[in-house]
Amino acid sequence: MDGMRGDPAALLLLADSRLPAGGHAHSGGVEEAVRLGTVTDVDDLARFLRGRLATAGLVTAALSAAACELAAGEPDLVGGPGSGGEAGERATAVAPGPHAPPARPYAADASWRTGVNGGPGAAAGVAAAEDVRRRLWRRLDDEADARTASPAQREAARTQGRLLLRTARRLWPSAALDTLARAIPEGPHHPIALGAAAASAGCEPQQAALAAAYTSVTGPATAAVRLLGLDPVTVHRLLADLAPALNDAAHAACASLMDTVLTEPVLTDTALIDGVPTDGAPMDTTLTGKTPADPALGDPALGDPALGGPAGIDTPPGDAGPPPGDAPGAARAEWRGGWAGLPGHSAPALDLLAEGHLANPMKLFVS
Amino acid sequence: MGAYHDDLHDAAEPDGRALRLGIGGPVGSGKTALVAALCRSLGPSLRLGVVTNDIYTTEDADFLRRAGVIDPERIQAVQTGCCPHTAIRDDIAANIDAVETLEERFGPLDLVIVESGGDNLTATFSRGLADRQIFVLDVSGGDKVPRKGGPGVTTADLLVINKTDLAPMVGADLTVMSRDAAAVREGRPVLFTSIREDRSAHMVAQWVTDMVDVWRHEHGVAHHHGLSAHGASTHGASTHGASARRVPEGVSLDDLSADGISIDGVIVDGISADGLSADGISVDGVAADGISAGGVSPERKEHEEHEEQPSRPVTAP
Amino acid sequence: MAGGGTRLETLRSDPPLTLRQTGPHRVHLVSTGAGPLRGDHLDLGVDVAPGTSLEVCSVAATLVLPGLAEAPSIMLVRARVGAGATLRFSPEPTVLAAGCSHHLVVRLSLAEDATVLWREEIVFGRHGERPGRCQARFDATVAGRPLLRQNLVVGEETVDGSPAVYGDARCVGSTLVAGPAWRPSPEDKRERRAVVGEGWAALPLAGPGVLVSALGADAVQLRRRLERGEDAAASHATG
Repeated sequence: MDGMRGDPAALLLLADSRLPAGGHAHSGGVEEAVRLGTVTDVDDLARFLRGRLATAGLVTAALSAAACELAAGEPDLVGGPGSGGEAGERATAVAPGPHAPPARPYAADASWRTGVNGGPGAAAGVAAAEDVRRRLWRRLDDEADARTASPAQREAARTQGRLLLRTARRLWPSAALDTLARAIPEGPHHPIALGAAAASAGCEPQQAALAAAYTSVTGPATAAVRLLGLDPVTVHRLLADLAPALNDAAHAACASLMDTVLTEPVLTDTALIDGVPTDGAPMDTTLTGKTPADPALGDPALGDPALGGPAGIDTPPGDAGPPPGDAPGAARAEWRGGWAGLPGHSAPALDLLAEGHLANPMKLFVS
Repeated sequence: MGAYHDDLHDAAEPDGRALRLGIGGPVGSGKTALVAALCRSLGPSLRLGVVTNDIYTTEDADFLRRAGVIDPERIQAVQTGCCPHTAIRDDIAANIDAVETLEERFGPLDLVIVESGGDNLTATFSRGLADRQIFVLDVSGGDKVPRKGGPGVTTADLLVINKTDLAPMVGADLTVMSRDAAAVREGRPVLFTSIREDRSAHMVAQWVTDMVDVWRHEHGVAHHHGLSAHGASTHGASTHGASARRVPEGVSLDDLSADGISIDGVIVDGISADGLSADGISVDGVAADGISAGGVSPERKEHEEHEEQPSRPVTAP
Repeated sequence: MAGGGTRLETLRSDPPLTLRQTGPHRVHLVSTGAGPLRGDHLDLGVDVAPGTSLEVCSVAATLVLPGLAEAPSIMLVRARVGAGATLRFSPEPTVLAAGCSHHLVVRLSLAEDATVLWREEIVFGRHGERPGRCQARFDATVAGRPLLRQNLVVGEETVDGSPAVYGDARCVGSTLVAGPAWRPSPEDKRERRAVVGEGWAALPLAGPGVLVSALGADAVQLRRRLERGEDAAASHATG
């Protein structure tokens, strides 16, 4: 795991199929594919897993990395799990490895998170900071929603996320997990919970991404073994063959997080988090001549400034313009506008499988 | 499914929540019928929730909903991905989620019953999921099953041997089953029943009621005011007030279930091997009654019957 | 375009993509040259002013060709739909000829109560042909909130023929139907149910919209499935 600085043992625990978080009951679309006859043998399964990893796997990896990064900014995790409060003092302990996201300018100033500068209004500041953190989690969860068109898949993702969050809060208690649970009581998307759990366990974003990519194929593989009676060693060989692709997906996920953050404006007004002009939309960056943040397209050609030329449209007034500067109060927050550009690779067949599975009363797996 | 909690409580914290009762046993032994019977018996007096773990359908949940013994909203169905034992033992997350969803929506509850998917004799509930568990066998599986033991038979807080009415037809010797069960269960209680004939499974219901009373006593669950007395079908059962009186302070649930016989007025009986004799157990009478009572053919499905019938429990003298 | 009645205010274009007004509220995209070819950058901007309505169609399918350049061809569509405005964007399919390398990028920005129908169809090569490569990205936001963000990749070994992605389909399409009529009820704690047919599904989104997603053996079948899904999506509308 080149360049990973996080806790590798924690990563093993997190990715283990024996982690009691309900994963064993999800087939990731395999049960319906088996029922319909589109997955009948090992070769079909190999194509299924490769396609799943390149789509849903990549998306969950990127969202997990983003969630891990967000959680790592929570007061008690800055500087690593178990380091306790004093976020401002610990902030500099966040040191990037070669593939870890770069230290952000704002990582060194965690005062908005804790309201430690609040003075007489400290209590209100803490409450406000908590509120900001909740809104950030909801916003990231919204990004997961926007990448999950199928309601059956959203439901399955939230169920798994809720179960994982419950388990993680007992394994690796942290303020980040508590805030996430309060922010999204119906259960966050699974990759969001996974990223937050990873941070709480001491993992880095790339490890969170790797765990997400890994579980996006191991669950379906195990389901296929059970449903088709396949040789488990043969199926595990498929997973072994996918190992380079898993690493690539984790790299790509983190690269997308880095690229988008580096190219997107960092907004500093809490009102922008879920007020009207929230989206640091790639559209706007393009229109203002900045590099379009679309790493998911993975082609340098898109970085061509020619794309940013005028298109007969003025920048919409009120949309994410220049940062409005200091907002009043202790609850000033940075919004990581880069989330908008995270990969959203869709798999139409997985969507159809998920909906077909939900509609079928005869099933062994939840999804 | 979905728990829209204000906050997520630590699942390990038992104080203030309902007793969680696991009901396990092999396929077809009568788990769902027992759950329906318990709902029938206890529904009037206890605030209930039910979680089913169906293997391939939502048949069990649907059966309970159709039976009309409980508000359908209070039944949660959990899918187990081919591995029913995993869902109750190794990875209980989905079941915990279902239980907490019920408690959030309808709480406070007195009792949440978790019915496992039919599984083998080694399947038991994790103590992280079930506070108490019942294992259900039926006589048609053969009278050697209790002797074979397995964690379900040996460690369950209550072993229920169902379908006693079928014993003569399948050549099962209830005496043998009783003796073997007692031998492997070290005094933990065993109940013989025929839910087909006793639609309220009143002896089992009484055992469960006592467990709930002790649980409340130990964990401070608020009493449900305005409780009605148990329905007439649960003869011998008492109101909560009476039950609470019967269980003296300081007596733990473990003491009670270990003794089995010490709960006064309860028909639950720890059957000891040496206390048994062929005539000590009214095997013949019950079996004969079982057949003559309704002239019911053994093939007749349990859920086709709606009339309450008098119970014919088989107990040690 | 300005409020009151709809009036086409600006219509500028250059080959190979020309705009023609074909009705009071309608514009056709007309291909007046081959391609796009590798290396081409096409940029389409659509701005629907508050309270107006516009329909964008095309005369024929867009055939994306290889060309001589190394760089991919790029089609960038940026559309903004103002308050109370309506946009129907339903061009003919994009056909990926063998050897092409195409990027299709759509940025759709909707005001809070704007309504849109946006259809995209991608055909994997001409008849009997292996498709070239295509990467598509679609971003739709409503009042700045993310509604739908999707990438589609065609012509990559990882996804082609995968039963998880396109199966044995030869074309893929989607129609986003969005607007206040598809806003989820705040009391609705549970997800709205999808409508599913053979090879298509109308998927209610978490936000105010429904995505019709379809796979097909050919463009005709794909269109039929999308239209069924669009009908189903219309039935999801509340207002």
